[in-house]
Amino acid sequence: MTTDLTFQLDGEDIAFTPGQTIMQAAKAAGVYIPHLCWHPDFPAHGSCKLCTVKANGRFGSGCTMEAQAGMVVENRTAELDDKRRTLLQMFFVEGNHFCPSCEKSGDCTLQATAYELKMMSPHFDMFYPDRPVDASHPDVLLDFNRCIMCSLCVTASRDVDKKNVFAMGGRGILGRRIHINSESGKLADTDFALTDRAAGICPVGVILPKRKGFAVPIGERRYDKAPINEQVKEPLKEATP
Amino acid sequence: MTETDTIDAVLDRHRRDGTRLVQILREIQEQLNWLSPATLTRVAEGIGWPRAMVSGTASFYSFFHTRPRGKYCVLWSDNITDRMLGNAELMDAMCKKLWLEPGRVSEDGLVSVNTTSCTGMCDQGPALLVNYRAVTGMTTARLGEMVGLIREQKPVAEWPAEWFKVEDNVRRAGILLGGDFVPGSALKAALSRATAYATEASNFRSVKESLPAGMAGPLTMLDEMGKSRLRGRGGAGFSTRMKWEACRNAPLKAGHTRIVVCNADEGEPGTFKDRVLLTSHADLVAEGMTVAAYAIGATRGFIYLRGEYRYLLEPLEHALARRREAGLLGRSILGTQGFDFDIEIHLGAGAYVCGEESALIESLEGKPGRPRIRPPFPVTNGYLDQPTVVNNVETFASAALVALHGGEWFAAHGTEKSSGSKILSVSGDCERPGLYEYPFGVTVRQVLEDCGATDTQAVQISGPSGICVAAEEFGRRIAFEDLATAGAFMVFDESRDMFGVARNFAHFFAHESCGFCTPCRVGTTLVRNLMDKIARGHGSPYDINELFKLHRVMQGASHCGLGNSACNPVFDTLNKFRPAYERRLKSLDYEPAFDLDAALSQARQMTGRDDAAAHLTNEAEA
Amino acid sequence: MNAPMNTAPVAAKKLKVATTSLAGCFGCHMSFLDIDERILKLLELVEFDRSPLTDIKHCGPCDLGLIEGGLCNAENVHVLREFRKNCKILVAVGACAINGGLPAQRNHLDLRDVLEEVYQTEYLLGRAGIPNDPELPLPLDKVHPIHEVVKVDYFLPGCPPPADAFWKLLTDLLAGRTPTLGHGLLHYD
Repeated sequence: MTTDLTFQLDGEDIAFTPGQTIMQAAKAAGVYIPHLCWHPDFPAHGSCKLCTVKANGRFGSGCTMEAQAGMVVENRTAELDDKRRTLLQMFFVEGNHFCPSCEKSGDCTLQATAYELKMMSPHFDMFYPDRPVDASHPDVLLDFNRCIMCSLCVTASRDVDKKNVFAMGGRGILGRRIHINSESGKLADTDFALTDRAAGICPVGVILPKRKGFAVPIGERRYDKAPINEQVKEPLKEATP
Repeated sequence: MTETDTIDAVLDRHRRDGTRLVQILREIQEQLNWLSPATLTRVAEGIGWPRAMVSGTASFYSFFHTRPRGKYCVLWSDNITDRMLGNAELMDAMCKKLWLEPGRVSEDGLVSVNTTSCTGMCDQGPALLVNYRAVTGMTTARLGEMVGLIREQKPVAEWPAEWFKVEDNVRRAGILLGGDFVPGSALKAALSRATAYATEASNFRSVKESLPAGMAGPLTMLDEMGKSRLRGRGGAGFSTRMKWEACRNAPLKAGHTRIVVCNADEGEPGTFKDRVLLTSHADLVAEGMTVAAYAIGATRGFIYLRGEYRYLLEPLEHALARRREAGLLGRSILGTQGFDFDIEIHLGAGAYVCGEESALIESLEGKPGRPRIRPPFPVTNGYLDQPTVVNNVETFASAALVALHGGEWFAAHGTEKSSGSKILSVSGDCERPGLYEYPFGVTVRQVLEDCGATDTQAVQISGPSGICVAAEEFGRRIAFEDLATAGAFMVFDESRDMFGVARNFAHFFAHESCGFCTPCRVGTTLVRNLMDKIARGHGSPYDINELFKLHRVMQGASHCGLGNSACNPVFDTLNKFRPAYERRLKSLDYEPAFDLDAALSQARQMTGRDDAAAHLTNEAEA
Repeated sequence: MNAPMNTAPVAAKKLKVATTSLAGCFGCHMSFLDIDERILKLLELVEFDRSPLTDIKHCGPCDLGLIEGGLCNAENVHVLREFRKNCKILVAVGACAINGGLPAQRNHLDLRDVLEEVYQTEYLLGRAGIPNDPELPLPLDKVHPIHEVVKVDYFLPGCPPPADAFWKLLTDLLAGRTPTLGHGLLHYD
């Protein structure tokens, strides 16, 4: 494949191969485009909209838009980062994100992205939804208060584990949620296992291994060490048993 | 028959095909009243899908009940036009008579009363659905009788037939509503334009070999479409010929066919023209679909009918059966070898977003109606990954006329950029609500005059996602180059409160957001909450700035048209009717998000206190 | 609106600072004191009005107010409004002030159930009944962050915010800069 295909990302030439999305090309070049629901191993989901960029003057999702030669793409402009900050604030008010009590704190993509975008407050009025916690499984806890609807667990369980333990269902702010593949709706009544790829894929603190909490001291966690934009090339650390 | 037998019979009728899940769930619910956890498990096993996907679909649609529902389920249409006709007072009275809280099932499991999004009866409201059957023209007298029948537990099928009567109310007919269409005439005209040999060869080859080019018959039809300059009637106005041609030219994988889908998910509040087309001009619509199938080489067709129009299912099935008997559907249509096409009807189940073509296709496949990532577009990768044309009901009806009379005839109507006619669904403050068909280019003022509207303050064109037009703009024209519209034309006279109109629409979008993308899922709720805050008299200019800010974020970042246009009514009314907001504002400063004194009411109740310190004033204290 | 426009150089006059803790744990104040000897430098630049550090009970006109804790009861609302009325700049300090924090973890419960559980059902306090002394502030049905009741000018996140973040915020504000927090100083836990 020729590599003389390039587009401009914030004035920098980025090489790409035909069929690559803006996000994939940026990642390969080590350039950070903020994102939450995108994962390099899976097809783009396109729901979080954090990766909204301006390509040739038009807004679009970096994770779904194919790179085109000569395209001019804006990424970290004040306008786009303002929008992203607002989107992050929407996440923080629609769920219950109480970082001090969350085992994922310091390793959480939502939190690290909010630091990167300098989110100082949730800004909007809090929704404080009453969402369930599922502690039925012997090895895994599910706390849906933190769910950001990225569907990565759905995809991993379907495509890698071949189990379809999770599905996204319902509609709108009140209805949309993860459905568990059992009549009781409990994780314990599925064939989910700690060794599943889906067990480690959650970018926030919904799917947590039991008996492992707060193992890494503050100051040594992933995003204590370096901000998320400096870790574009780092392999994603997934919680494994 | 046991519940299991009922479920299995439905599953068998649908060949245990998961792509028919929405139809399976609807039919089971019609018999068992709701979809219990055990029902969903059995369905999942029956179609061989993960149970989580089945419950995911069941919980997406408003009309599916995954908790026991009342034996009588009453849903009041809650469009602004129903509001203006007094639906809120009637619903309130109904709840009082039945000792009910809205949205709750009565203790004895008999009845529940709630609101639903516009049911498409705006010209004959207040309207409601009882067990998903449409009722029009509610009055206080009718209400009393209805409550009596519910208490007596009289089956809905035995209720007075006139309650379920739906009028066409055609006030001005044009080439679509006024024509005397003979079934088959458009197809015959299309076939006769090319030589018989070329027609047969082209169809045979395009279907069997999926060769798109050089085909005389279908290409002649496409040429006519080009000459007609017909543009999609769903609102966006994309060239129908280009859409058909793209679908025709899309490569076909082995075992695939091309698909024609008629979008009859007429969910945009204030729109009801497709209902009338399907009621009284079903042949014209079906013939248009068949013409499309001929032009692009499709063999399968669907009508995606919104759940609110459930009562049209049987009449439409009959219309399709008549066409099959007449050789206008099925194998070798009109004796033309290789021209095979048939249509089936899928019912929606209460989800506005399914009007978006890719969400509609997801729903046709048995899934939640979530708009897809585009590209790829449906014309190349649509229903079950096959090339698919999705057009509005009115587009197909127009296409039939193009086939019948030729493209040039059609293009002679309307304007240069907007050929043909447009059916407007007129409702609200006017003497004669109903359907008005005009050649494109008619002014808003003309329509207002014709429908008997006086002292008009504003017109909402194309529904909540469209545009709010104020009096000084009534010289503007209904046309793609000026006021593009899917058909809704809601009239508001001087007595109406335009803030209330926008607030009704904000509630609509918050209810209908699919929840997939962040800006729409959270943004529509934030907008609704801010509008409610202002309505309670607790707003400030700060809150108005917040509305503008949300508009900017949602418009640029949302996944589909719903989120992108959800703030339009707020934005338009803020720009054109700002005093309607400002006179409600509490202060020029900053107001709390919630009612502070009310927030102490539980504690007051628990402690029995009512002293001065047990209260909080809501304005900043001295 | 509280003080006439001052045309003299900012540094010529000491800034007046007030602090308080609403529904919080004073952890933010403790962290603030962790600026250690820098507090001496700070005292050259500011003087404290109402604060747990001074024991002044009511806030007078101030340049800067720091609020720790969210709004759990009626008194919290009164104190917050006193601060907003008197402080030119108001800063929400710490998780509780910004998003309700730990006290807001009761928000998914009905207040009635909470009061009944604590004062009527629970073993030790069960016989006392729900206190109704007018001296006691009534609890709000939900805990709220302070920006839901008054306009807040700046936010200093953290549970608690580190001492260095306090120092950065104060030195930025004193120098007339918009406060910013870099990596390591901005965190939510």
